[in-house]
Amino acid sequence: MNPSNETWPDDIFRALIDLDVIQIGYVPDAGHTRLIKSCVADNRVRAVPLTSEEEGVGLLAGAWLGGQRGALLMQGSGIGNIVNMLCMARTCRLPLLMIATMRGQWGEMNPWQVPMGQTAEETLKLQDVTVYSVDRPEDVGEAVIAAGRIAFNGPAMAAVLVSQRIIGTKEFK
Amino acid sequence: MANPNDPALDRRHVVKSLLANRGELLVVAGLGASAWDVTAAGDHPLNFPLWGGMGGAATIGLGLAMAQPDRRVLVVTGDGEMLMGLGSFATIAVQAPKNLAIVVLDNERYGETGMQETHTAFGTDLAGMAHAAGIATTATIRNEAELQDALPVIRSADGPILHVIKIKADTLPKAVPPKDGAYLRDRFRVALLGDEAAI
Repeated sequence: MNPSNETWPDDIFRALIDLDVIQIGYVPDAGHTRLIKSCVADNRVRAVPLTSEEEGVGLLAGAWLGGQRGALLMQGSGIGNIVNMLCMARTCRLPLLMIATMRGQWGEMNPWQVPMGQTAEETLKLQDVTVYSVDRPEDVGEAVIAAGRIAFNGPAMAAVLVSQRIIGTKEFK
Repeated sequence: MANPNDPALDRRHVVKSLLANRGELLVVAGLGASAWDVTAAGDHPLNFPLWGGMGGAATIGLGLAMAQPDRRVLVVTGDGEMLMGLGSFATIAVQAPKNLAIVVLDNERYGETGMQETHTAFGTDLAGMAHAAGIATTATIRNEAELQDALPVIRSADGPILHVIKIKADTLPKAVPPKDGAYLRDRFRVALLGDEAAI
């Protein structure tokens, strides 16, 4: 791990607060470590550990039915897990804000990560998700605000994919 | 009225009993027969019956219960739907919402797809799994007397609660709720949050 800029997770957190997001479901990823810590520590939001990403789509559907906004933090591979649940959000036109840190994109050491990393964006777009792929750390916070506006003003689904170039490439030695 | 000595409960009777005098109760119904049962008890704006999203009913209930801590939330779903979302037992146990109850109508069958046996037909114990995941109050209900004792628990005891209710494996006439998901969503939000919640 050699993050080129340590502040982008804080930019995401600030963006989520600015968007009035309350429920934050997460499946841990190394790329989200710092952001998850912020979410757990701050009582303005409810951090909800999930056993899989599908639960996050359900959680945020319920949150919004009850009048609260939410966001789903995940690894890019989780996108493969949630396609059928995205169909529910799409059919019901529920807002869904996803922030995925990517693997399998850039110099990936683990070949098992590559197929999902290379198809995540297309997979989301096939379900009518607005996708912002971000390659520069200074753009991450703005992308979350922009995706949040798409999600909550739609209501619609929007995802920010934080490139592996920002997160750094995991080494297995 | 069901015979108190008959061990096999009728699903429509169970759901009608659960929803009697429902007041401000918020209801999420899993896809398939559970949604028909909830609708047969009376279509209602504060029902969110699913037509898809299999495995998601319990976590929808969780998000709703967390957003509306002063309202009772009841999830009514089937054994097949619950089996597809078993991880949500652990997720719900960690959040431990006091206002959430989940009822699994267990006919030990996949009713919508040809009545194939589910895992519960071979002994998988959903209440036991929920208990082991950390859900505080769990039970398996097998007859009318047990149902009558369970009703006040499901409707008002501190949650999270998961009750499995064993029911007859009948195929009953469909009582279908509205099918348009965006309409169901808007109808629910307006009834709960007021006119300004409409899209």
